[in-house]
Amino acid sequence: MQGTPEARQTISTGATTGLSIAALLLLWIVAAALTDDAQVLPQPWALIQPFLRELTSGELLYHLGATLLRVIWAFSLAMLAGCALGLVMGRYPRVNQWLDPWLVIFLNLPALVLIVLCYLWIGLNETAAILAVVFNKIPNVATVIREGARALDPQIDAMAKVYRMSGWARLRHVTVPQLAPFITAAARSGIAVIWKIVLVVEFLGRSSGVGFQIHLYFQLFDVAMVLVYAFSFIVVMLMVEWLVLQPWERHVRRWRAE
Amino acid sequence: MIRVDIRAKHFGPTQVLGTVRFDIAPGETVALVGPSGIGKSTVLRIVAGIDNRFEGNVTRPDAMAIVFQEPTLLPWRSARDNLLLTQPGLSRDGAERALTRVGLEGRGDAFPGHLSLGQQRRLSLARAFAGSPELLIMDEPFVSLDPDMADQMIGLSEALIAEHRPATLFVTHARSEADRLADRVLELSGTPASLTN
Repeated sequence: MQGTPEARQTISTGATTGLSIAALLLLWIVAAALTDDAQVLPQPWALIQPFLRELTSGELLYHLGATLLRVIWAFSLAMLAGCALGLVMGRYPRVNQWLDPWLVIFLNLPALVLIVLCYLWIGLNETAAILAVVFNKIPNVATVIREGARALDPQIDAMAKVYRMSGWARLRHVTVPQLAPFITAAARSGIAVIWKIVLVVEFLGRSSGVGFQIHLYFQLFDVAMVLVYAFSFIVVMLMVEWLVLQPWERHVRRWRAE
Repeated sequence: MIRVDIRAKHFGPTQVLGTVRFDIAPGETVALVGPSGIGKSTVLRIVAGIDNRFEGNVTRPDAMAIVFQEPTLLPWRSARDNLLLTQPGLSRDGAERALTRVGLEGRGDAFPGHLSLGQQRRLSLARAFAGSPELLIMDEPFVSLDPDMADQMIGLSEALIAEHRPATLFVTHARSEADRLADRVLELSGTPASLTN
């Protein structure tokens, strides 16, 4: 094989990923053939027709857009609040002593309970839907960022203090770059969990979004449409991963020596 | 005039510093020597304003710079930004001149991790002198270097101190370094540690 070891490694990884996905597809085809009931498990190609119908009618894009908007709102708010909370808890042991029990309680509170309580207390509206997701995710983000804040280099802090760097400059150029690996880890796990919780929130109390559509087709026992909406959103989230998260991660890691 | 008047410093119940009192005149280089673990770096951290939990008083200027044992750079910012972010009054041209002065011309865009250790230490010196500090603090900056590199770095430090004439407090456990760089040598000894000369 020609090329550098890195290129060969990339080709090998790509081939493995392709084969793995092909194997999953084959498993699906075999399972659908054995089931022999399109209502229970249709063949992959049986999804093409309903997919094109939903796409051309505009229904699919409308509901994907509604879910994506909720994911963006919930993700942004949870990351902002979680990062701030984690940073303060990691930097100030006294604050951590006070807030740690809260964190443990919220980490162990089932997502469903928070969703139901938000709908009961705030109402069946957009605010409740987004807050329910945000409250579910904040403790996870805060826990990851707290570890990052505890690992901040005291020597760099001392340097920043002696050189009289302003509070904003220290946050932007000293603290956040050190937290970047932790923020990336929290963002990746966050985005993966948040969109799943958003679907539950929509399933239980919204009249738009992928979760709402899955609820609708669940009631109609239309497995094909459930799969069309589920796979469509998986594709959207993979695009977010490849087009947003991975380039951003490469950008924040560019300073590292090879 | 930098005036240091430390009466006591405790870590928990243990008193590590007793009376440590000295002045540094503008342009003067003072070396603080003593065995490892005696408290030299503690004195230095107090003088730098990093540690404020002590009994006593330190009069220091606003324009300060510090050189640690390790380069202690911002590895996620370019060499040029390492100067500009710590010296907000410095122009881009000023940063280039400071880099050139320590032999890093043309390396302004490089990240510290892409520089050799010797270049990182030069960058650390460039950062210290770029803002023309009134007080320069050096914490055993040559301790982990091989003899050749230590000699180069001491020579460069000597030249930069001579050009900028800051009041310099230089901590070392190597008497030879102190004799070469300092106008005056102070020795820390005893328990709790205090100045013996």
